[in-house]
Amino acid sequence: MSANQNLQNLQGNHACALAAIRAGCRLYAGYPITPSSEIAESMSAELPKVGGVFVQMEDEIASMGAVIGASAGGVKAMTATSGPGFSLKQENLGYAALTEIPCVIVNVMRGGPSTGMPTRPAQGDIMQARWGTHGDHPTLVLAPWSVEEVYAETIRAFNLAELLRTPVIILFDETIGHLVETVDLTHFLDLEITDRKWADSKTKGFKPYADPGDGIPVMARPGDGHRVHTTGLTHGENGFPTQDAELVAQFMSRLLGKIEKHRDEVEHIDVRHCDDADVVIVAYGITARAAHRAVGMLREQGVRAGLFRPLTLWPFPEAAFKAATGHADLVLVPEMNAGQLILEVERLVSEKTRVAGVNIFFGDPITPQQIVEKAEVELNDE
Amino acid sequence: MMSDVAQNQFNIKEYIRQDLFPHFMCPGCGHGIALRALLNAVHDLDIDKNKLAVVSGIGCSGRVGAYIDANTFHTTHGRPLAFATGLKLARPDLEVIVITGDGDCLAIGGNHMIHACRRNLNLTCLMLNNEVYGMTGGQVSPTTSMDRFTTTTQYGNYEPVFDACKLAEGAGAGFIGREMTLQTPALRDLIKEAISHQGFSFVEVLSDCTEVFGRKNDLGESAEMVLAQKAGYRSDSYGTVVDEPFKPRGMQTGVLLRTERPEYAATYQQHNAEKLKQ
Ligand SMILES: Cc1ncc(C[n+]2csc(CCOP(=O)(O)OP(=O)(O)O)c2C)c(N)n1
Ligand code: SF4
Ligand SMILES: [Mg+2]
Repeated sequence: MSANQNLQNLQGNHACALAAIRAGCRLYAGYPITPSSEIAESMSAELPKVGGVFVQMEDEIASMGAVIGASAGGVKAMTATSGPGFSLKQENLGYAALTEIPCVIVNVMRGGPSTGMPTRPAQGDIMQARWGTHGDHPTLVLAPWSVEEVYAETIRAFNLAELLRTPVIILFDETIGHLVETVDLTHFLDLEITDRKWADSKTKGFKPYADPGDGIPVMARPGDGHRVHTTGLTHGENGFPTQDAELVAQFMSRLLGKIEKHRDEVEHIDVRHCDDADVVIVAYGITARAAHRAVGMLREQGVRAGLFRPLTLWPFPEAAFKAATGHADLVLVPEMNAGQLILEVERLVSEKTRVAGVNIFFGDPITPQQIVEKAEVELNDE
Repeated sequence: MMSDVAQNQFNIKEYIRQDLFPHFMCPGCGHGIALRALLNAVHDLDIDKNKLAVVSGIGCSGRVGAYIDANTFHTTHGRPLAFATGLKLARPDLEVIVITGDGDCLAIGGNHMIHACRRNLNLTCLMLNNEVYGMTGGQVSPTTSMDRFTTTTQYGNYEPVFDACKLAEGAGAGFIGREMTLQTPALRDLIKEAISHQGFSFVEVLSDCTEVFGRKNDLGESAEMVLAQKAGYRSDSYGTVVDEPFKPRGMQTGVLLRTERPEYAATYQQHNAEKLKQ
């Protein structure tokens, strides 16, 4: 029997590192933290082989800074962290969003708040990923549910970062980070890799933040002669600070609008059995695997259940969600937190639909049985 | 012959973004003088503006970078060295110069400062030390001299000061120097040496903040302020402690240290290439 080279047993964290390199990442800057450290460890082994740079920085703030610096220089870059480290990255993450410097940030979620439960899975950073840095800013967050999907979504994260000139956050949790599964790399053989658009004109007066029409300015590569200014101060098309209300309004609407404009490319969902579903379970990451099983168990009991799984958590795929839950009586939202994505679900469901959470975040993943039990309680209540 | 000389003469207008003028600096501020010395050094070293990257933090010191007609990055408070580390590792072909302040570099950015020194990546860091947080209205900084009045030391400063050059030495910087804005030619020459050095070069520029520091303390004109700073006023902050580094004395200027420690990026490449071959 000839071994298939393309079938590999990979740990989630390891898959993330390999996918990043596949996507063109050539600089990794990070600071060790459980349960994400294996990403750094893999990068330390792999990057030198492809002429890339691995650097362990003095903290997460520095890691985020170095990643942005590298990407500003034209090299795709990534950092990975968990809980406390994700908090430390927030200020510079906002800088990347405002200056529109592409980069990828992985947060392998663990129990929180504070040091919390470092070796236990959780999904407590859903809202932090959306709102963690101060001020209104575009946010793009992806949430894979398997090792193979970690691989796929990591590549997609780089592609979206490059396409939209924005930081992209990948959220998974301790379970997926440490899970070992078989990944079939043949699925990724013809994968397209996106690179940001570089300005080719060397003319003076190049406007680094002018809107070419799609909301995404063309980037100037240092050394190519544009000599532009990059600042975290609110700036005009020329890149220099401004407080002119009209220019600020123009800038902010482009910045916030560019993701909206590209929802088709950004949104990725997995919808199963929702066509006739009276009960829709909305779940993401590892919890969605339990939810998927729960859907099967409920169907066996004669309950018409379905699964709505957003791989893109932010921006939340609103239209697809509404279509999938349009005729549902009950929407269940299991999450390993006290109730975060459920707030978005409650905002979007139709009036006749009841919403209930399954909020178990005490260190173990949510089981299919726990979801089924909650569904039964809710259905008996009716 | 005359035209040759004229061509090689430093003309600051070739290095600044004149359309940003008038600039934000207060009359008498030392930061503009430091900027001029830096640009003169860039000119003398014949550095291509297109290959020059200036990374600055937040503060009045951080703001001067924007006036340079080069690739300029105005980053976050305290973090320019972290950004510059990533940029230089990604783009070794760029000449990367960091402009930071005493608060930016020694307070919020202190951790990045010591590790930048330790790594010894080929960066040049200019710390414009005006003994105060100028931008935010004159609060105490880690280099404010004893007894000075600031908006957050309303009864005079009582905290010991930081000697940035000693810190850089302890943390392993390859090149360390200090100069006053008062001695612009000497400052220019020191910066030239710092840029030319292969490794992390740290230059403390004794600058002044006339507006929110000098006036409050009745320190006179900017030149007098800088001289007062250099005179070692701040060494008194260690009181009767007479350990060698803290003995009250005037501050030394010029090149304080030059070592041939291995440069980080070169070491990284060489080390991994050797190990991967094995
Ligand atoms: C995270 C953060 N904290 C605080 C500030 C406010 N802030 C802006 S500049 C500054 C101090 C700057 O002092 P220094 O580095 O000495 O520069 P100077 O203005 O004196 O040149 C502070 C505290 C900020 N911008 N960001
Ligand atoms: S406040 Fe002080 S440091 Fe800032 S520009 Fe004015 S004099 Fe210079
Ligand atoms: Mg200062």
